[in-house]
Amino acid sequence: MTARIHPLLGAFAILVFLFLLAPLVIIVGASLSDTTYLTFPPQGLTLRWFANIFEISAFRNTAITSFQVAILGTGLSLLIGIPAAYALNRYRVGLPKWLGTLFILPILVPEIVFGFSLLKSITIGMGLPVYPSLIIGHALLVLPYSVRVVGASLASFDFSVEEAAISLGCPPLKTFFTVVLPNIRAGVIAAFILAFITSINDVSISVFLTGPGISTLPIQILAHMEQFFDPTIASVSVLLMLVTVGVMAIVEATLGLTFLTK
Amino acid sequence: MTVSLTIENLSAHYGQTQVLKDLSISVKAGELVSLLGSSGCGKTTTLRIVAGFLAPTAGHVRLGDRDLTTLPAHARDIGLVFQNYALFPHLTVQENVAFGLKQRGISSADRARRATAMLERVGLAQLADRLPGALSGGQKQRVALARALVIEPPLLMFDEPLSNLDAKLRVDMRVEIRQLQKANGTTSLYVTHDQEEAFSISDRVAIMNAGRIMQLDTPEVLYQKPANAFVARFVGFENLIPMKTIARDGAIVTAEAAGGAKLHLSQDLFGPIKDDFVLATRPDGLVVRGQGEGIPATLGTRTYLGRAYQYKCETAAGEITANGALSEMFEPGAKAVLVPLPEQCCILDPENRDTTSRPD
Repeated sequence: MTARIHPLLGAFAILVFLFLLAPLVIIVGASLSDTTYLTFPPQGLTLRWFANIFEISAFRNTAITSFQVAILGTGLSLLIGIPAAYALNRYRVGLPKWLGTLFILPILVPEIVFGFSLLKSITIGMGLPVYPSLIIGHALLVLPYSVRVVGASLASFDFSVEEAAISLGCPPLKTFFTVVLPNIRAGVIAAFILAFITSINDVSISVFLTGPGISTLPIQILAHMEQFFDPTIASVSVLLMLVTVGVMAIVEATLGLTFLTK
Repeated sequence: MTVSLTIENLSAHYGQTQVLKDLSISVKAGELVSLLGSSGCGKTTTLRIVAGFLAPTAGHVRLGDRDLTTLPAHARDIGLVFQNYALFPHLTVQENVAFGLKQRGISSADRARRATAMLERVGLAQLADRLPGALSGGQKQRVALARALVIEPPLLMFDEPLSNLDAKLRVDMRVEIRQLQKANGTTSLYVTHDQEEAFSISDRVAIMNAGRIMQLDTPEVLYQKPANAFVARFVGFENLIPMKTIARDGAIVTAEAAGGAKLHLSQDLFGPIKDDFVLATRPDGLVVRGQGEGIPATLGTRTYLGRAYQYKCETAAGEITANGALSEMFEPGAKAVLVPLPEQCCILDPENRDTTSRPD
């Protein structure tokens, strides 16, 4: 038996999908256009704008910076976020309720305000160079994902399992690595992916923290668009989309996508 | 290796609330002692202090000649069985059982041999490669038992191990636990709120209330000779009738209940004879009769129990539940007397305020 779908509902669903996907189709089309300005539908077909990305060293360099910052920033956020999530769950009874909220502040505060305050505090205030500032800024930006997603995993973890390991002679720290961590592995990977994608795509924090000679890919895309407005922008965007699709494909193949939406 | 467990003058606080009050228990080598009481009586707190997961505010825990009080939990060498099994979800049954051996640096060949042997003892050798998620509740608890026993701990502790199992399995498992515990001669501390479970599995039972031990004795003594009103109520002495001694004549003590009913009781029932005492009986220790020496009562609701009728009775000493023979049925509202059966009565001290809270 198949459920009957009202024709209007069907039409509406198709419209929603179009609305979601059309911009992506337009970008792909624009990236292939054989013109020197952005246009859709494409006039003529060429891959030269993709080749152009690799000829512009600024794209290469900022892409490398972006990946480095995303990996190191996300790593740093997990180093802080996993113990924080552990403490928030393990000692829930004894801790004040607002403490958990503290860790999602970077999501709640408008990013532009957050970026500016980071500029004031770490770049100007502490005088840190651009690169470490970027890493610290991104780590703070994605910390909520680490704490919340790992926390969701820990919420369903039975801490008496940890006590069982300790009673069997396993010291507490070793217990964390041999018993707790393997059981929240999916949460840690999910947190890493969400945080990584957030970091790679970030503009508002980076725009304050990048400086002379060091920039991230989204900032470079903006800068390039202001100067040239050629289809290179579209082709970079297509490449970024492919990276995201690739990450998702790996996740789907190894863990299943459903665990990201849980 | 069998050693005794000694808990001395243990006190514990949660914030300002004192949950254990100067608690002392001694578990002899090879003995199984249960801590029995309703939730909040301090039984689990006691177990967690012995395990090292909580620190006492005063007192000592000794295992043999080792003082455990300040030892970290992982260095105490105690086998623990949890209510919710607490198996490692990411390890197979075999790896779960071998976990404690691995921590002790035992070679992988020895680990495998000992874990397999222990799994055979609990009848689960064929499930060695399964993950815990694929086991039933009873199987999980057997794995947990094997995991705790395989390290050959000098002390085994059970925290409500059967509460999550169904009734039939609970009975089977407690027999199994008892057999394994006896065969190994492991000193054991067993926490439960289930009286039948505690009485059937233990050498001795400590009945706890509000952070104190009310009585620690064999199940037989607890069931027949409760030492105080709290324990009496706990083991089913529903009727606690305050009495006054008014005369002694040789071996016969004459006592009076509220309302003036007089009873002649044998001195053998008493320890030292006091002016005020409480006569405690179960419903079947008071017989409803048409006449005789007893407590006058007006009968209320009658319930058919199969072996007897049970009546709710109004007396001058309060509401009392008593049983009557099937051959002599009374209607609600009838006048009768309640005759105590001496062999089923207990003489207790009057309740003091500290012990009057009822078990739930």
